[in-house]
Amino acid sequence: MPTDLDNMVKVFSRPKSLTDVRSTYCPGCQHGILTRIIGQTIDELEIAERTVIIAPVGCSVFAYLWYRCDAVQVAHGRASAVATGIKRADPKLIVLSYQGDGDFASIGTAESIHAANRGENITVIFVNNQVYGMTGGEMAPTSLVGQKTTTTPGGRDAALFGYPIRFSEMIAQLDAPVYVTRQALYDTKRIIDTTKAIKKAFTNQVEGKGYSLVEVLSTCPTNWHMKPVEASKHIADVVTKVYPLGDLVDRG
Amino acid sequence: MGEKVLMRGNEVIAEAAIRAGCQCYFAYPITPQAELLEHMAENMPRLGRTFVQAESELAAISMVYGAASVGVRTMTSSSSPGISLKQEGISYLAGSSLPAVIVNVVRGGPGLGDIAPSQCDYFQATKGGGHGDYHMIVLGPSTVPEAGTLTMLAFDLADKYRTPVMILADGMLGQMMEPVDLPDPVDITTLPKKEWATTGAKGRDPNIILSFDLDPEVLKQMNLELQRRYRKIERDEVRYEEAQTEDAQIVIAAYGTTARIAKTVLRMARDEGIKLGLFRPITLWPFPYEALKKLSQRVQTVLTVEMSAGQMWEDVRLAVAERADTPFYGEMGGVVPTPRGILNEVKKYAH
Amino acid sequence: MPRGMVTIDKERCKGCGLCIAACPHQVLAYSGQLNRSGYNVVYAENPEACVGCAFCALTCPDVAIEVYREKITT
Repeated sequence: MPTDLDNMVKVFSRPKSLTDVRSTYCPGCQHGILTRIIGQTIDELEIAERTVIIAPVGCSVFAYLWYRCDAVQVAHGRASAVATGIKRADPKLIVLSYQGDGDFASIGTAESIHAANRGENITVIFVNNQVYGMTGGEMAPTSLVGQKTTTTPGGRDAALFGYPIRFSEMIAQLDAPVYVTRQALYDTKRIIDTTKAIKKAFTNQVEGKGYSLVEVLSTCPTNWHMKPVEASKHIADVVTKVYPLGDLVDRG
Repeated sequence: MGEKVLMRGNEVIAEAAIRAGCQCYFAYPITPQAELLEHMAENMPRLGRTFVQAESELAAISMVYGAASVGVRTMTSSSSPGISLKQEGISYLAGSSLPAVIVNVVRGGPGLGDIAPSQCDYFQATKGGGHGDYHMIVLGPSTVPEAGTLTMLAFDLADKYRTPVMILADGMLGQMMEPVDLPDPVDITTLPKKEWATTGAKGRDPNIILSFDLDPEVLKQMNLELQRRYRKIERDEVRYEEAQTEDAQIVIAAYGTTARIAKTVLRMARDEGIKLGLFRPITLWPFPYEALKKLSQRVQTVLTVEMSAGQMWEDVRLAVAERADTPFYGEMGGVVPTPRGILNEVKKYAH
Repeated sequence: MPRGMVTIDKERCKGCGLCIAACPHQVLAYSGQLNRSGYNVVYAENPEACVGCAFCALTCPDVAIEVYREKITT
């Protein structure tokens, strides 16, 4: 190494609230970027000692291993309801409900909408990668029309399986949520935007403002059968046309 | 000491839960247990505690799971169709070793059934209604005052064994009014601290609540730990009542409302010179196999009476084996057996 | 002397290549070396071009990259 470390200052390192456990995500999966952003946010807000991470069912089931925080692993779809129970039992805790698209927008539809409608003072991160990753690449409620999955081998036919569900827009119709936004991770600017959104969603909770939802468009290179860089480009070029980025509600 | 008041079974369960220190209650309305929900709605917020009318039974039991994770005393209640929906959450509570109380005010089934009293959920309650190798402690009160004392006990047992505990009542018990001596409230600050709870990882390693491990060997160990706990519960927590069994030739085996009716039958039978006794399991799981086995060695007949097609009857036959006759008499669909009907059945076996 | 420097935890790297694409100065490339998990790990092929912008680290899903920047002395 030619550089003299004495003349250098470290400007980026692993967040303290992350453990040393290596992630179980596939190469290039953007779940990992979110893990890092969440860890960084927990560090910045100094809330590791009072945060409870909800690990859902799906690829992020192992989320309980990655943070130096208390964690609760929950049933598929019920994360927002469990978050309600935790927050109501001890409002001082900071609760993160981390959910995929099948969890949040399909099997947990009722729990997701009603936690939002009650204005639970929680932070929800909804990872929309348009596919069921863990189980083998089946159709998600968010899969695009024409998208090939293992349960729509000929492509999603809207006449048979409906349209990609814009769940955040549904949540945005409710009176209670203070912050609803859709972000992405396909380039540095979007990663920085997502970081700001997640910090805001946590800050709202710390300040007792109420329900915040950050939907994040994410890749699944494995089940999309794309290289990670190509998958990022697919988000930018195709997926954002169906799921426009930006804030839907900001009453903070 | 407590105060004597006239209260409905559903309200007594609710009030006992409050006095047991239940901090969070989550439920979805269903007949015939709506009064329980209403009592909680009125009183929990007044006490600075949590009442949430959930969007569904699935959500309610999941909220219980969350509150239990934090270590507070928590409860949900429902009736049969709603309890079916809660099975997912009950399995997760058992798998994650979380204490919680679930009340089932049973009504006629299957399907939508009706809103009349029934005991048709015994299998679901005692044999593990959800997925996986688990049990929960199941308590079967037979009077309104006992519904109160068993609810208090349910919270203690749930905490002691880190397990879900069910109060298996029925529509009759829920709706009936009786004078009750309400128990004194528990001072929750005196309860043992739950070191495992997810209260924030301050000054300690993170606590993790989960029912999951992908490694079969690890999951096997988690299961073995549950089984060890179940064996301990079977050893230490069996509860039952025997009435007039000393000289009995025939014994009715019944729980809950049916056992209450059977007590009337005892008087009628004794008036007619029939030596009838009653064996009443109070813990439906763990079932009092040993006590019933002993009793069966000195009687001719153990007549199981239930408001079902014969669910507890299977446990009775397991306990009695071939030591005595084990006939069955039951009603279904919300029909409550009459003392006269039961007595006529008893007479068939009185020689 | 370069203005920045990156260090890559070889055992964390899964060789996804997102960092290579994110780097505005073409510092990073595949090394052709496999780590214990069998991934072709990324390394700084042109370290002298690094400005310490941290775009690579921001995009790394495995939090395998640390970034240093030249001390500004006045």
